[in-house]
Amino acid sequence: MESVFTKCEECGEPIYERDLRARFNVCPNCEHHYPLSAPERVRLLIDSGTFEELGTGMTAGDPLGFEGYGERLEKARKKTGLDDAVISGVGRIGGRPVAFAAMDFRFIGGSMGSVVGEKIALTMETARDADFPLVIVPASGGARMFEGVYSLMQMAKTSVALARFEEGSKPFVSVLTDPTFGGVTASFATAADVILAEPGARIGFAGRRVIEQTTKERMPDGFQTAEFQREHGMVDRIVHRLALKADIERLLGFVA
Amino acid sequence: MILDFERPVKELEERIVELRRLAGESGELRAEISRLEEALDAAKRRIYLNLTPYQRVQVARHADRPNFRAYRDALADDFYELSGDRLYRDDPAIQGGFARIGSRNVVLLGHDKGKDVRSRVKGNFGMAHPEGYRKVKRLYELAGRFGLPIVVLVDTPGAFAGREAEERGQAWAISEDLMALARAPVPVVSVVIGEGGSGGALAMCAADYVGMLENSYLSVIAPEACASIIFRDASRAEEAAEAMKITARDLKDHAIIDEVLPEPLGGAHNEPDAAVDAVGEALQRVLSGLDGVDAKSLLHARYERYRRMGSHTAGHSD
Repeated sequence: MESVFTKCEECGEPIYERDLRARFNVCPNCEHHYPLSAPERVRLLIDSGTFEELGTGMTAGDPLGFEGYGERLEKARKKTGLDDAVISGVGRIGGRPVAFAAMDFRFIGGSMGSVVGEKIALTMETARDADFPLVIVPASGGARMFEGVYSLMQMAKTSVALARFEEGSKPFVSVLTDPTFGGVTASFATAADVILAEPGARIGFAGRRVIEQTTKERMPDGFQTAEFQREHGMVDRIVHRLALKADIERLLGFVA
Repeated sequence: MILDFERPVKELEERIVELRRLAGESGELRAEISRLEEALDAAKRRIYLNLTPYQRVQVARHADRPNFRAYRDALADDFYELSGDRLYRDDPAIQGGFARIGSRNVVLLGHDKGKDVRSRVKGNFGMAHPEGYRKVKRLYELAGRFGLPIVVLVDTPGAFAGREAEERGQAWAISEDLMALARAPVPVVSVVIGEGGSGGALAMCAADYVGMLENSYLSVIAPEACASIIFRDASRAEEAAEAMKITARDLKDHAIIDEVLPEPLGGAHNEPDAAVDAVGEALQRVLSGLDGVDAKSLLHARYERYRRMGSHTAGHSD
């Protein structure tokens, strides 16, 4: 296991998988940030031993009886060991209690269906009731098409829950990771008080390929990266994954 | 524009017109004409009472379908248009302003698909850029400040997917609209009059009442795009439209919307006045039902409505 090599997709250098894992999927050579699973995200950001998960065992219905959805869910559960594309709960960051949710791109592309919407709303309500800061790490290709308009309505659901949270005085910090698109970007992910993003993360509404097909225009290099979004005024700070916990701790020192 | 499945109807209509012309003042051909009229009525029923979801999508997209302008002109006694997002520019894809509907002052908004080629292109076929959604937010907030109900007519293929839209934060603009609707202390009433395309539609229909015209649709993604992603074949759009349950009737059955508003047989484009009347009647009724409801109750009901939407098991900590 320890001798397993892999080749970095970004710089092409051979890297030990062990080293990659130890650096939370950041290439030791070129610092490229690979997607990180939700459980690893908890390990990265939440003080060890303080995380209490909420909404465990919650699984998606198949409200439309959409062909193939049941099998897709089953496969994704097996592959990830998760119930759906998000983990939510409460824990501490640098000793400070927070309500926390992290999405997982491995689970049907991190798409937002009813479970994601419900767990995000639950996290927001927990933060509001306990008067905790809210920290959410989105990673999503967009809507869960298999749930049709139920998926669309999760944008409204998370918005009404967030509006209630924002009646209080605790901050909402959103950490955009690669990739964050569609209904997630167009709802809670970008409605935060402070928006952080990981280096190189692709963030947008429509995907690059869709835009290029629609407009017959080639998009420039670096289009929709975290850096692009910061330049356009859409993101506050770009923070290296391994510096993220300390950065959030600093931020909460000002506003929590 | 004639849709494929409408062709039998159009052919009968043309033959009736032709026979009438030939008959002139005389009573000849009367039997033949009335036979054709019966056949026409039967054809309309056969076709329009059995539209598939994808056929409804085509009706919803019909170029002659009455759009925002028709409703605005017929239903608003005065429309005082407001423009611009105060940041970048005015987006003609969305129109909005103060309006008087019946005896009520409201803020009226809608996607503007235009009336001819020029205005359609100018309005980008109802696909707004971020500045459009930021104008919408401005108007939502004005409505709240002046205690005016918000009335929205939804008719968009979706928010525009383009380089500039991304550079100016399309997603950010839509999420701000959703947050503004979640906070609006006034009644929010939406009717989908044609196309209800994904987030660009939802930014204008997360409301206290959502009505849909019978042949309109509301979908998380265009059926063509869904087919190419899920079935890896864009030509399977008919199946995708069926599978996603995007018609007014389906969404009413799923309790996502409140009401299906009837269209005349043959669709709104065949008899625009009837569709306009149906929407006008619904708006009057719904607005008067919301008269005098205080902000707290409105927000509570809106919260409950959307907080409940979803389909999942309970989970252990509930």
